[in-house]
Amino acid sequence: MDDLRDLYQTVILDHNKAPRNFGSLENHDRSADGHNPLCGDKLTLELKLDADERVTDLRFNGMGCAISTASASLMTEFARGKTKNEILATKERFHEMLTGNPNEESDTDDLGKLAVFGGVRQFPARVKCATLSWHTMEAALAGGESTTTTE
Amino acid sequence: MTEETNKAAFNVEAIRRDFPIFEQTMRGKPLVFLDSAASAQKPQAVIDRMASFYRDEYASIHRGVYQLSEVATFEFEKARGKLARFINAANPREIIITRNATESINLVAQTWGRKHLKRDDEILITEMEHHANIVPWQMLCEETGSKLVVVPLEEDGSLQEGAFEALLSERTKLVALGHVSNALGTINPIREMIAAAHAQGAPVLIDGAQAAPHLAIDVQELDCDFYAVSGHKVFGPSGVGFLYGKLDLLDAMPPYQGGGSMIHTVSFAKTTYADVPARFEAGTPDIAGVIGLGVAVDYLAHVGMDAIAAWEHELLLYATEKLSAIDAVRIIGTAPDKAAVISFLIEGAHPHDIGSILDQHGVAIRAGHHCAQPVMERYGIPATARASFAFYNTKRDIDVLEQGIHSVLELFG
Repeated sequence: MDDLRDLYQTVILDHNKAPRNFGSLENHDRSADGHNPLCGDKLTLELKLDADERVTDLRFNGMGCAISTASASLMTEFARGKTKNEILATKERFHEMLTGNPNEESDTDDLGKLAVFGGVRQFPARVKCATLSWHTMEAALAGGESTTTTE
Repeated sequence: MTEETNKAAFNVEAIRRDFPIFEQTMRGKPLVFLDSAASAQKPQAVIDRMASFYRDEYASIHRGVYQLSEVATFEFEKARGKLARFINAANPREIIITRNATESINLVAQTWGRKHLKRDDEILITEMEHHANIVPWQMLCEETGSKLVVVPLEEDGSLQEGAFEALLSERTKLVALGHVSNALGTINPIREMIAAAHAQGAPVLIDGAQAAPHLAIDVQELDCDFYAVSGHKVFGPSGVGFLYGKLDLLDAMPPYQGGGSMIHTVSFAKTTYADVPARFEAGTPDIAGVIGLGVAVDYLAHVGMDAIAAWEHELLLYATEKLSAIDAVRIIGTAPDKAAVISFLIEGAHPHDIGSILDQHGVAIRAGHHCAQPVMERYGIPATARASFAFYNTKRDIDVLEQGIHSVLELFG
């Protein structure tokens, strides 16, 4: 069951039980809906941005599995105070960590707390759960109202 | 103890030896396969027959004048006869070879439906249908201006008492019913429903994808007009299925897809169409797949559909008892007449997480909306975990499932 503990690390279980930045944000500047049609997971993300495209506040809402809920929660913690470019660069790194060769060690120090999702790499069917919130973030940062799907 | 009971009631260990997949381990554990409602495993006889057909008898069918083609044609048509016997159709010509139940339903929608449905006509379905028995009718409604009317569910997953009869009217031009719900396990009282529909003059299509693997089907006794079956769910290969239709209805239906095999004569001025069933079977079919499916239904006949239904019912009772005893588990779908399917929720754990954790125990279940999103909406849930059983499952499989659920609770409880 070691693989299971790799997938469901304590930090992930904690963020699933008590997601941070959960709810909605009045007077948000941007929002996007994310949807994983395969499992029915749904997510709404609402952002406030300043003039430099820096996220000053954000909330997420929706129903999902532990991996998608914890990923959204940790992403919102990370994104607060970051610029659009910083967030998009980290999204790429996060995606690389999840889709890399499971047998190769990868350096994830730069991802900080987000590295707890490294175990998801062993579970290809669950990668989309972890990336749903990041895809939704990318859509929200791109502007406008939209629905992003993982398919 | 369960070993002894298994042997007394049904020799499930002998059955399992017919299915080579059970020699596998998953994540280092014996495979506990509880996803047969999605797609069933294959007996060695089916695998062997398809290989021997490709090795020794393969050729194009219905064309060649040479011996090999005659042999292949004979084997293919022999399989059609077996499929007719499997559901007790009066005539093998009433069996149309398709890719699966989905295509069988689309065929009826696109041929019979387009010919007979008009603006404001009604197609009556139920809230428990699989998307395959919803979307083809919605597409037809968009095209013809007909309306989809839906029989609602009770909390236990059975149809609301009296609702079907109340919604049937002279506007009802077709009734399309799932025999068994893939998401809830509910077995619908289709014989009575078919009689009620006929009394209103409406023909009835039965989506039998979830019933044919578990119950003896007799289309003449049911008196249904169409019956759709997927081969891969009745222990045959994937990519083949069939549609039963009453011969007089099929005879009057326009073709489905155009191409080779389905014609009588072709000229640029006028093409005439072949008789049933060839009219609906354009192009070269999955010949080996159909022959493999014939062997699968022979295998089921050999085990006996009544013995299969009895064993699966015992598994359903055992699993229901085990899962009901766990406080955090809620079973969705508790109709009195149920096939061996258990959709469930665990408090605090999403079905997707349940699926991943059970997988670590070697247990394969389905997690998701089961292509029945209206059912999920009815219960206000995004998804369920679903354990579905076939006659090769054992009580030990259910014990492993129970242990797996306890390990979900350890992580998420």
